[in-house]
Amino acid sequence: MGDILQLVIKRLGLGVVTLLVISILIFFAVELLPGDIAQAVLGQAATPETVTALREKMGLDQPAILRYFQWLGGALTGDFGVSLISGERVSEAISGRFINTLFLATYAAVIAVPISIILGVIVALLRNTLFDRVANVVTLTSISSPEFFLGYILILYLAVKTNYFPAIASLSTDMSFGELLHRTFLPALTLVLVVTAHMMRMTRAAIINLLASPYIEMARLKGVPPWKVIVKHALPNAWAPIINVVALNLAYLITGVVLVEVVFVYPGVGQLLVDAVSKRDFPIVQACCLIFAATFILLNLAADVGSILTNPRLRHPK
Amino acid sequence: MVPKKDVLLEVKDLRIEGYSDEQWIEIVHGVDLTLHKGEVLGLIGESGAGKSTIGLAAMGFARDGCRISGGSIEFDGMELTTTPEGDLRALRGSRIAYVAQSAAASFNPAHRIIDQHTEAPIQYRIQKRVEAQEDAMELYHRLRLPNPDEIGFRYPHQVSGGQLQRAMTAMAMACRPDLIIFDEPTTALDVTTQIEVLAAIRDIVDQFNTAAIYITHDLAVVAQMADTIKVLLKGEEVEEAPTEQMLDAPSEDYTKSLWAVRSFKRPQKERPAEADSIPIVSVKNVDAAYGKIKVLDDVSFDIYPGMTVAVVGESGSGKSTTARCITGLLPPTKGEIQFNGESLPPRYQDRTKDQLRQAQMIYQMADTALNPKIKISEIIGRPAQFYRGVRGAELKNRVDELLDLIELDPAKFYNRYPPELSGGQKQRVGIARALAADPSFIICDEVTSALDQLVAEGILKLLDKLQKDFNLAYMFITHDLATVRSIADEVVVMQRGKVVEQGAKDEMFTPPHHPYTDLLLSSVPEMDPNWLTTLLEERGTDSIGEAANV
Repeated sequence: MGDILQLVIKRLGLGVVTLLVISILIFFAVELLPGDIAQAVLGQAATPETVTALREKMGLDQPAILRYFQWLGGALTGDFGVSLISGERVSEAISGRFINTLFLATYAAVIAVPISIILGVIVALLRNTLFDRVANVVTLTSISSPEFFLGYILILYLAVKTNYFPAIASLSTDMSFGELLHRTFLPALTLVLVVTAHMMRMTRAAIINLLASPYIEMARLKGVPPWKVIVKHALPNAWAPIINVVALNLAYLITGVVLVEVVFVYPGVGQLLVDAVSKRDFPIVQACCLIFAATFILLNLAADVGSILTNPRLRHPK
Repeated sequence: MVPKKDVLLEVKDLRIEGYSDEQWIEIVHGVDLTLHKGEVLGLIGESGAGKSTIGLAAMGFARDGCRISGGSIEFDGMELTTTPEGDLRALRGSRIAYVAQSAAASFNPAHRIIDQHTEAPIQYRIQKRVEAQEDAMELYHRLRLPNPDEIGFRYPHQVSGGQLQRAMTAMAMACRPDLIIFDEPTTALDVTTQIEVLAAIRDIVDQFNTAAIYITHDLAVVAQMADTIKVLLKGEEVEEAPTEQMLDAPSEDYTKSLWAVRSFKRPQKERPAEADSIPIVSVKNVDAAYGKIKVLDDVSFDIYPGMTVAVVGESGSGKSTTARCITGLLPPTKGEIQFNGESLPPRYQDRTKDQLRQAQMIYQMADTALNPKIKISEIIGRPAQFYRGVRGAELKNRVDELLDLIELDPAKFYNRYPPELSGGQKQRVGIARALAADPSFIICDEVTSALDQLVAEGILKLLDKLQKDFNLAYMFITHDLATVRSIADEVVVMQRGKVVEQGAKDEMFTPPHHPYTDLLLSSVPEMDPNWLTTLLEERGTDSIGEAANV
């Protein structure tokens, strides 16, 4: 077990380094954008004196390197500065919305992950049958359609025509949990449709890939029934690739939901990011990007650790 | 004449087809087979003879891409070719069991050995889990596995290959089947371990009076195990006879040629007088390690020009690691490699082109050692171009010349790709690639162990001829003592990273031996059907247990 702990610590260290590099990229990418922030905030009508004054107030007259370290130092303590537009603290503006995004991602994941793995096992078992082909066509269609299109289709059929679910996923604090689930069902379903295909196909491929192994043939020659060959003999050895694709899709659920949030007017980080970009609210853009990057790295780290833990050779050393 | 009621398995005119190039091609052409209760039938033949396919068909099973296309398979009054899949499945594991070639690959890495063992008895409701586990331990005892009460609770990767093979035999016995198919169960093992497994299999089959089909390409092995031997060639039966009769008086030419295959032997060459000759390669006090694990310990030996030094030992003894040190792939942690009396830089990156050119390598798996997407002419031409700067028409002539040397027709093979070649032809291309660099020294790493005996014989003869023509020195890594006997001048015996004995071949094969050399030599199966019995008596059962844990 000591070896595994060492591996995890190593990966964690690598993750921190990656995050540092990303923070540099984010900060200086924003820095490279044309135009002057102070000018942008004050508008075209501002006099040069007021612009200079604001620049000094915001610290923009200091060298970029210095400002980077100030920003990084702040970020480490959870202080991402102040929004240029509203004057609100960035951490406060983001935290509530990040929780909303996490909620939606969890909601979608709780439905999508079990469904896609179970479906993946079933299509692997029924490979090359009609069911396999239909499942492939359906999931491929849903993965190839843009998510905003899927969202509008769902709104059309499940909200406008039938009124089963609300078309707009607005939230309020006094909602019951059941009401919350009902109201956010359509955006969650859209996300489920987008990510299921990928995970299901990977599960199927990972299992089928193992079916030529001698130990699978051995299981069949022991008289093990086909479903048990797949579930007991193939699946436990297929976890590593499945975990990786699940992590990738979970990361997408958090960082890639911008369009879905816009379609359903859902108050998540994605919407905030879109607003901030259009209004040149750079502290918010930087903070969102950093949080997204950290999420991505953390999930991939979890996938790495997960694949290590599912490998019996590492779990039970000689 | 054995009464009909004792017949367990009767196969008549069995035909099996394989799917390739978008059509079904017959690969087994009407084989008959009769097996009585408690009888052991040996199926022998080269690869592609259809041995495994026939063995699996006896379970009513055809691999993906194969189908049973004709004939009948009657097992204990049941016609397997017309039995529905569900009923066939109920036979497998319970009444007919299978032991695969590589236990290491055939045990599921994700489950403990005993859980895989008890799977069938639990599924068939023969035993409850606890009973099945106790029974497994009992079988582990009988198969003389070390720590029989505990070994099953380990994962397959925590157990050695020979032990796994015995555990797999125990697993096949779990439901006390009437018939076991042994598919080359000892081919992947070292000779010393092979004896354990052979003895264990023979004992347990005797004890439970189980019938068996024993599939192998090794005549000496089948002679120990089988009551009757059937020889197969390209999906057809050549002949069948009781073991003694088959060994003493084979009637078919093909069988005779199989028997005669180990006849090639060339006289041993003497090492030149020390004073006027320097060795071409000299390994001096080399230590090497993978990470923290030390794998070579003070290894020293010399190879003189034009001579063949065979390096023998079991897997893990450090043979291939020594080769990696000589080629510079693994820099030694201590000691040095000398070439023509001059010290070589330890890392291949630091060696000159000429130093690299002088030492070439031929690999065990010609399949994976040749890039399948590159033409033969280019595979052979590249080293000539790289080391010798040969170009254009001259290069084409050189490639033709090399193809002539390895006895492949340049007109036919120049533009072909490796996958179009047979195993022996691929190995010849591997030899030509090594020759293309004009080396003075070639490392042959188990070059014949993946080949059938007749083909291997051809390769050994070719290597011998090339050695005479070009005064090449060979370092011949092998675990097969028959190969050593036929081609070596000197022998280096390695065990656990150390050289335990070295000297001229004839000396090595004459007693007295170092105890380890003796163990290796006496473990090589002989054609005599009583060899195993005699050997086990000589060694006594206790020493067997020890050898298993080596």
